Amino acid sequence: MGSQASEQERRARKAIEALARAETGRLLGALVRDIRDFQLAEDCLQDAMESALAHWSRNGLPSAPAGWVLQTARRKAIDRFRRARNFERKAEEYGRLIELDQRTVDSDEPPLIPDERLQLIFTCCHPALDSKTRVALTLRTLCGLTTREIARAFLDATEAMAQRLVRARHKITKAGIPFEIPEPEHWAERLNSVLSVIYLIFNEGYSATEGPELLRQDLCLEAIRLGRLMLELAPGDAECEGLLALMLLNHSRAEARLDDQGGMIALDNQDRSLWNRDEIAKGCALLDQALERACPGLFQLQAAVSALHAQAASHRDTGWSEIALLYGAMHRLSPNPVYLLNRAVAVSYAAGADEAWAALGALEAELCDYQPFHAAKADFQRRMDRPEAARLSYQRAIELSNNESEKAFLQSRMASLGVQV
Amino acid sequence: MKYLALIYAAPGAGPDYGTPEFGPYMDGYRKATETYQRDGVMLAGEALQDTSTATTVRVRNGKTETMDGPFAETKEQLGGFYMFECANLDEAIKYAAMIPSAEHGSVEVRPIMEIE
Repeated sequence: MGSQASEQERRARKAIEALARAETGRLLGALVRDIRDFQLAEDCLQDAMESALAHWSRNGLPSAPAGWVLQTARRKAIDRFRRARNFERKAEEYGRLIELDQRTVDSDEPPLIPDERLQLIFTCCHPALDSKTRVALTLRTLCGLTTREIARAFLDATEAMAQRLVRARHKITKAGIPFEIPEPEHWAERLNSVLSVIYLIFNEGYSATEGPELLRQDLCLEAIRLGRLMLELAPGDAECEGLLALMLLNHSRAEARLDDQGGMIALDNQDRSLWNRDEIAKGCALLDQALERACPGLFQLQAAVSALHAQAASHRDTGWSEIALLYGAMHRLSPNPVYLLNRAVAVSYAAGADEAWAALGALEAELCDYQPFHAAKADFQRRMDRPEAARLSYQRAIELSNNESEKAFLQSRMASLGVQV
Repeated sequence: MKYLALIYAAPGAGPDYGTPEFGPYMDGYRKATETYQRDGVMLAGEALQDTSTATTVRVRNGKTETMDGPFAETKEQLGGFYMFECANLDEAIKYAAMIPSAEHGSVEVRPIMEIE
């Protein structure tokens, strides 16, 4: 008897965890639409999940678990409204919830869950929230990660992350951050804010050198999942396609970019047979589809660079001239000395380090505190047969790096110069 | 919702009275105010005398203390405000961005608290 009960509870717990991961975005979206309060929606959803555990452990799973949770969360909201001091001010929302609840009771069917995830992600990625908050809120709200999981991914204390999320939800409600799909005139800019948050999540997973390996993989996969969701919600958008292509193409090298000790392996030394052909094919197909729309954007251009790497048989046979042109195009779209640095590096592989030396030198003033600039400069000097100068540049790059595996990588490059220290 | 747009700028950051740029700058304020009135979002808006005219008042143990100068000595000083009635923060940001001082200073947008 007891073991049967605990087996049912175990099953309920598992179902709720799966539901949280798959449906949090839709459930919260539906609740926010009716309740117009982010924190209250979150609290009511949590209440409903707890209630689900109690009921499902006792009676087994309902026929439509997500619908059950939505209906319960709405009733929790009705309860909270009734108890609230400022009841009159929420009369409209209260009335709507009562009506929705009555409709479900009358029809004897679980409520349909409207898809409000696009509004939800635009709110979570609103530029009035700071960038780390946008990332955390998106992971919590759209991906259904727990606060503890998000805190671990950022090496933060759970309590601090929880406070950050609460502050963000209060700001959304109190400052009147809208729960809407932006007007056409703001669409491109606001979409870019959403796509940038997704790419930040991806890079957090891709480039973090601390924290458990599995978690990093998870963040990359969450970002790819969000990329797919955006494509589903905004079909035909070239930059959405470009971002997903970029993430798939970069992710195709995930297996090849770390050695057994977790150290970084540069592109030119990677075992290309480890690259994921399936992701490369999918990324390239998406990119082609995006480019046909003739709406160029930064994500498409970056994806194009990644595709040229993915399709090259070797470092030497890479389309470096095309890559140089792509970085030039990025700089025209959004002026940034880092694009010019990458262009100079590409030119150096296409035409020789001597050819690109002047272009590199022109960036010195602007990028004097930027680690990759000094690493690139050292590499130029090594190839121009100036090992003494190269050693000094590597030392500067190492000083500027705050990432252990990157430091180890630069040190090994410096050691390969064979210069006596 | 009601929003207060607080206009901050460092002294001397904007065009000075008597320079050729001052006319177009003030014209910018006139046009912005007209837009707010036309769109029906303007509840109030005033410019303040500069901070050398400020007096800071505190009451401690029932005694009123006054100090010459603004509450906080910061580089950017409060120079004026608008109060808007807007549907949401996006709309408030749109109108705040029309304030000419936003081009050299900053505008802080804060929702007005609704007392329950």
